[in-house]
Amino acid sequence: MELTLWTYEGPPHIGAMRIASSMKGLHYVLHAPQGDTYADLLFTMIERRGTRPPVTYTTFQARDLGGDTAELVKGHITEAVERFRPEALLVGESCTAELIQDQPGSLAKGMGLKIPIISLELPAYSKKENWGAAETFYQLIRGLLKEKAEDSSENTKLSWQEEGRRPRVNLLGPSLLGFRCRDDVLEIQKILGELGIDINVIAPLGASPNDLMRLPKADANVCLYPEIAESTCLWLERSFKTPFTKIVPIGVKATQDFLEELHRILGMEISSSIKKGDQSKLPWYSKSVDSNYLTGKRVFIFGDGTHVIAAARIAKEELGFEVVGMGTYSREMARKVRAEAKDLGLEALITNDYLEVEESIKECAPELVLGTQMERHSAKRLGIPCAVISTPMHVQDVPARYSPQMGWEGANVIFDDWVHPLMMGLEEHLIGMFRHDFEFTDGHQSHLGHLGGHKSTPEESFKETTQISNNQSPSENSINWTTEGESELAKIPFFVRGKVRRNTEKYARQSGCREINGETLLDAKAHFGA
Amino acid sequence: MGGSTLLKETGPREVFCGLTSIVWLHRRMPDAFFLVVGSRTCAHLIQSAAGVMIFAEPRFGTAILEERDLAGLADAHEELDRVVKNLLKRRPEIRTLFLVGSCPSEVIKIDLSRAAERLNAQFQGQVRVLNYSGSGIETTFTQGEDGALKALVPLLPASKSEQLLLVGTLANPVEDRLKTIFNRLGLQNVESFPPRESTQLPSIGPGTKVLLAQPYLTDTARELKNRGAEILTAPFPLGIEGSKLWIEAAANAFNIDKTLVNATLEPLIIRARKALKPYVEKLSGKKLFLLPESQLEIPLARFLNNECGMELIEVGIPYLNREMMKPELELLPQNTRIVEGQHVEKQLDRVRANHPDLVVCGMGLANPLEAEGISTKWSIEMVFSPIHGIDQASDLAELFARPLHRQNLLSNKTLETV
Ligand code: SF4
Ligand code: SF4
Repeated sequence: MELTLWTYEGPPHIGAMRIASSMKGLHYVLHAPQGDTYADLLFTMIERRGTRPPVTYTTFQARDLGGDTAELVKGHITEAVERFRPEALLVGESCTAELIQDQPGSLAKGMGLKIPIISLELPAYSKKENWGAAETFYQLIRGLLKEKAEDSSENTKLSWQEEGRRPRVNLLGPSLLGFRCRDDVLEIQKILGELGIDINVIAPLGASPNDLMRLPKADANVCLYPEIAESTCLWLERSFKTPFTKIVPIGVKATQDFLEELHRILGMEISSSIKKGDQSKLPWYSKSVDSNYLTGKRVFIFGDGTHVIAAARIAKEELGFEVVGMGTYSREMARKVRAEAKDLGLEALITNDYLEVEESIKECAPELVLGTQMERHSAKRLGIPCAVISTPMHVQDVPARYSPQMGWEGANVIFDDWVHPLMMGLEEHLIGMFRHDFEFTDGHQSHLGHLGGHKSTPEESFKETTQISNNQSPSENSINWTTEGESELAKIPFFVRGKVRRNTEKYARQSGCREINGETLLDAKAHFGA
Repeated sequence: MGGSTLLKETGPREVFCGLTSIVWLHRRMPDAFFLVVGSRTCAHLIQSAAGVMIFAEPRFGTAILEERDLAGLADAHEELDRVVKNLLKRRPEIRTLFLVGSCPSEVIKIDLSRAAERLNAQFQGQVRVLNYSGSGIETTFTQGEDGALKALVPLLPASKSEQLLLVGTLANPVEDRLKTIFNRLGLQNVESFPPRESTQLPSIGPGTKVLLAQPYLTDTARELKNRGAEILTAPFPLGIEGSKLWIEAAANAFNIDKTLVNATLEPLIIRARKALKPYVEKLSGKKLFLLPESQLEIPLARFLNNECGMELIEVGIPYLNREMMKPELELLPQNTRIVEGQHVEKQLDRVRANHPDLVVCGMGLANPLEAEGISTKWSIEMVFSPIHGIDQASDLAELFARPLHRQNLLSNKTLETV
């Protein structure tokens, strides 16, 4: 038994729902009790979708258990196929149905339906959402293409040069409830189009089972989200000799590397303009004098594997941040994340427990957290600015405007999303200069504060820092601030006051001093060089 | 029974399970903790239903069953003890711990009442451990509250004194308001259940008269009756009429002078009617379709029809307790179509065929219906908003008028043409 208050991932059948809902012409019959229908709201509320997920729940009840739940399943399958007329049917079970072992998949297969039936076995007590999505995607594609895969005559590939056409690729992995998938796909499609590369199939997002039949016609597969598409890419490589890309194009450098990788795979010449890396504003914005204050900002990164790995690279190489902690909740990606962390001289945090992540954030004392919806809240409690870079997310992470993470535009979006919470450099400078002015108060609103009126403006979060610290310091550490010490502290700009307070208290503790006055503060400042 | 058309439907449902009640119960009793013994699905459900607004320090969690527990490699009871011990170490402020059963724990037959007994012995003095079921194979949405309250009943101290007990979670300000009104009627001894602190339980006994504030407390009512209390028969305190009859039921039971009752309620009613009037204008003649979810559907339909002039197309309810609903059904217009249970697809077909102006439904269905051009109202809002009592009638109406008003704003029509 594992105690959780909040979880990063849902059960594996939610992953299956993500695949079913992402596609057209597919229906999912889910053997599950009525309460499991809550899953619909993930799609209709977080993603604000205007359609219900294509899922029929059998909603069995306790009184059905003694009787024939198998008949109940068959009845629902018949009805669903008649009503929705899907091209293919997914059949599976949620955690409770798994226990009663009705095997709805085999039941469905025995019903003589005229459409492909994909029976899903997603162990609910050992696996989770992303795994469920990957497995469903893989089972679906394998189920539909198995015969083609065995018929090796189809698989001797002519290259695009020999056929005298443009090269074409599949974009694999984007799904509903994935992080900014819809916009990523548009961005990558646009970039590849400009480079003369056609898109064969995008899946699962927007594809139908019929479209999936065309997957083998691609010259290469682009594995956009390894969490979901890697197992499928591997199988397509084995079965149809289609090579696939390993680099995920998030960040300027990763986008360049990805394009080089793809050109190499396709046997294409890469255009020199790509190497210049000036398609995105990120490099220049990062270099501009306004960004000087970003230097060495300490960041903590947590989320799914793909976004964490990409974020670590951008943070270090493209924004000049110092990565002080990183980790992931996806065990399937643990190896990769560990390797990346090691390169940065860190040990990756692999955990499911958001409280452990919060602890780790506290220890690392970062100036920016890049995380999930959970970390947004942890960061808020700790008074640290935060940007969300990965699922699980909140409705506000599904913006109406175009805001990809991938490609050149994605890099622009990332620059804005990460840097805004940190506050503009010029502003910091000005506030520092004018901090003794009588007009200046801690609650002063920068232009950022007026933007959305959301309660977590940077200023407010920083204010929280000092408040949190105020409440904690006397009781927890038995270190007292003298009135003079407090008034010295009050002269420090509010956005660094929390940090200065913590450092000073740390210094005081180290040097065994129980009272903090103005001198202690200056001593500590000299000690930490801050 | 009024003359409503009572129909029953079976098929795929779109209703939360009883676990969802935790979302408001944990706010009502901040010294209690709700530990679901279930699966990752259950954990994900409360997380999703609760949204993230109340993230701060949730007073609920899930002990997720893992393969080891199912394969018998671990003793579920030992595991549960370990989890509970850890939890109580981290949260020493917990006074009442509810072990909440789920579908998986029920299917594999983990005996939570035995677990509660054992843990009670272990943690005597520090915390009380209770159990109930919120599973989706046994319960829907609001029934979880019924289970939790029923579990508390045996702990209520016995008392023979004359008193009024309000049963069912209400918003605090509403509850205070209702108590004030009873006080004005000369009833000083008014308690509520669940209490605001899980340890401050009201007493119960032959002198206790119970007014149910919520329509989903069937089992709790039965247990209270077994403890000697009298359950008063009344409609539920939604809208002016319902609230008036509800208050009068108590007044009658305590033989309070009718003139005092009238003198107390009349000014409130006049004021409430005045406040209600602008909404009546907006709602009157509009077609309403209620999908099953919270069990509040019948009282809501009664209010929206009788006092706001809405036309009822269909009133869906998860289940019908005829005895408890009798006073409500009697107030409904002839031939009101009441459908117990659900076949969500067929029901949505009927929604589309009838072009209602407003549909009351669960969170999963709202946006898809909006996308089809049908205005909606979330059922779950009714269990979170202060809507009970005479004074709240206009607020309750406003909840339903708002989607219509909004639709008008967006389509640039003037209000008069609604
Ligand atoms: S329906 Fe059952 S399995 Fe699903 S969330 Fe509710 S209690 Fe858990
Ligand atoms: S506090 Fe902000 S992020 Fe958290 S739930 Fe509310 S609106 Fe969303």
